[in-house]
Amino acid sequence: MTKGLTGWSLRLALIAALLLVWEALTVLLKVPSFILPAPSQIFIALYRGLSTGIYAEHILVTLWETLLGFALGATLALVLGTALALSRRVEYFVYPLIVMFQAMPKVALAPMIVVWFGLGLTSKVVSAALVAFFPLMVNTVVGLRSVDEDRINLMRSLAASHRQIFTMLLLPNALPYIFAGLEVAMVFALIGAIVAEFIGAQAGLGMLIQSMNSTLDVAGQFSILLILSLIGVSLNSCVVAVRRRVLFWDRPRDLLAPSSTSSGRTT
Amino acid sequence: MNEVVAERLGSGVAALSAIGVRDLDVCFGSDQPVVALDKITFDVADGEFLAVVGPSGCGKSTLLKVLAGLLAPTAGHVSLRGEVVSRPRRDIGVVFQSPVLFPWRSVMENALLPADVIGLTGPAITSRTQALLNLVGLAGFEKRYPRELSGGMQQRVGIVRALVHNPSVLLMDEPFGALDALTREIMNRELQRIWLEERKTVLFITHSIAEAVYLADRVLVMTPRPGRVALEVRVDFPRPRPLSVVNTKEFGAHVARIRDVLDASGGIE
Ligand SMILES: Nc1ncnc2c1ncn2[C@@H]1O[C@H](COP(=O)(O)OP(=O)(O)OP(=O)(O)O)[C@@H](O)[C@H]1O
Ligand SMILES: [Mg+2]
Repeated sequence: MTKGLTGWSLRLALIAALLLVWEALTVLLKVPSFILPAPSQIFIALYRGLSTGIYAEHILVTLWETLLGFALGATLALVLGTALALSRRVEYFVYPLIVMFQAMPKVALAPMIVVWFGLGLTSKVVSAALVAFFPLMVNTVVGLRSVDEDRINLMRSLAASHRQIFTMLLLPNALPYIFAGLEVAMVFALIGAIVAEFIGAQAGLGMLIQSMNSTLDVAGQFSILLILSLIGVSLNSCVVAVRRRVLFWDRPRDLLAPSSTSSGRTT
Repeated sequence: MNEVVAERLGSGVAALSAIGVRDLDVCFGSDQPVVALDKITFDVADGEFLAVVGPSGCGKSTLLKVLAGLLAPTAGHVSLRGEVVSRPRRDIGVVFQSPVLFPWRSVMENALLPADVIGLTGPAITSRTQALLNLVGLAGFEKRYPRELSGGMQQRVGIVRALVHNPSVLLMDEPFGALDALTREIMNRELQRIWLEERKTVLFITHSIAEAVYLADRVLVMTPRPGRVALEVRVDFPRPRPLSVVNTKEFGAHVARIRDVLDASGGIE
């Protein structure tokens, strides 16, 4: 217990020390704030943005784009991944296209997506979905295919239908892979949304960064970066929380723990 | 050498044997075919416990897969109660070398897998499963998950699962191969007890000569490349057999005879 507490205070002390050094250096070396703002300036910008309610509106826009894009990309990835894993014919025809797409940096498509789908919500959702799609699709295919042959034989020996083999064996067996894919997809969706906002948008944190850049408000940009990383972390922990509930039988992290009975660990 | 040494064919075999294997050939691969099984013929009577021993690679698992309907024979056929096996059937229970439990199912849910697949629900099947779990000494572990069980306990869940849907035939592929010697002896004794209660027809595959002689009414000895039945031994010890039966002279004689045949064909293990 005390070990955990000292661990936490050590971490906080480390961060505080880093911020202090940063603050001191910017003051001592007289770094102009449009190059590198001091932490105090960043926190002031953050406070101003939040207290006036300006950030809140843009946070909601970006969050909404990200979640919609994630939902769309994840749905498509699960459906297509399943089709690819289960059908040789689908794999034969679709796989070359996927390999081509996979090699391409998806963010390079963002300008075209904005041209095609406009400055509003749609282009951001499409961009987020596109970036989120691939890691999850690949994991879905790998997960569905990673089934042990004895387990398949067991199901077949019971004269199980294809549907039963899928729902009772393949799907639960693939879930650890699928959740790993969902974790990545969630963070990728945020990236996709921000990139599309950079290209052209009427609202959102990405657009806010762009407009602050034109007024050399670097402290403001840093404050938004802070918000973005907080959003990323919280979205990711939502997925992890769901994973914990669904995948109660699969605890890969516990493999590293010295004893499986102790619960008061710090990670 | 490779002639089938049929000691005594049971009187009722000609009627309707539980398992019938006729001139079974299985080859793998087309350009350089491996003959896994070569002209195998034998019967298993209803309620009989038959053990198959043989060295690694002599086609024991292949034989089991054909009997379970998981693999089509190259030539010949196998039948269950006179019906030719062409695909998996639900009146067979299979126990694999590893427990093959699903980690997302509790002990009870794993044991009930065949019932779920077949669509058996209701209190009767649940109480039967509970009774079987009690029989193998797993009472109180119903809600545990496989990762919380020892290897021997997991294998016992696998055995219960093979019995839950009340199949008439039980196929077991080296079910205790991964266990330590002590646990293995205990499992042998328990399997005998279960068999005496359930009276299934059992085909039991093993590497261990002693295990085969201890458990079986009859032992088939197979030799590899190509897989053939080299010897058939009837074991007549009264049941239930105590573990100490392995120390008797007759037991030693059976083991020695089987070992001789295996040694002559290149040895076991
Ligand atoms: N799917 C397969 N494709 C090609 N060859 C196979 C296949 N399965 C088995 N064989 C070959 O058939 C022969 C018999 O294999 P089998 O698994 O039946 O042996 P076994 O007696 O069960 O051995 P073990 O005791 O090690 O389990 C072996 O020579 C093996 O290489
Ligand atoms: Mg085998």
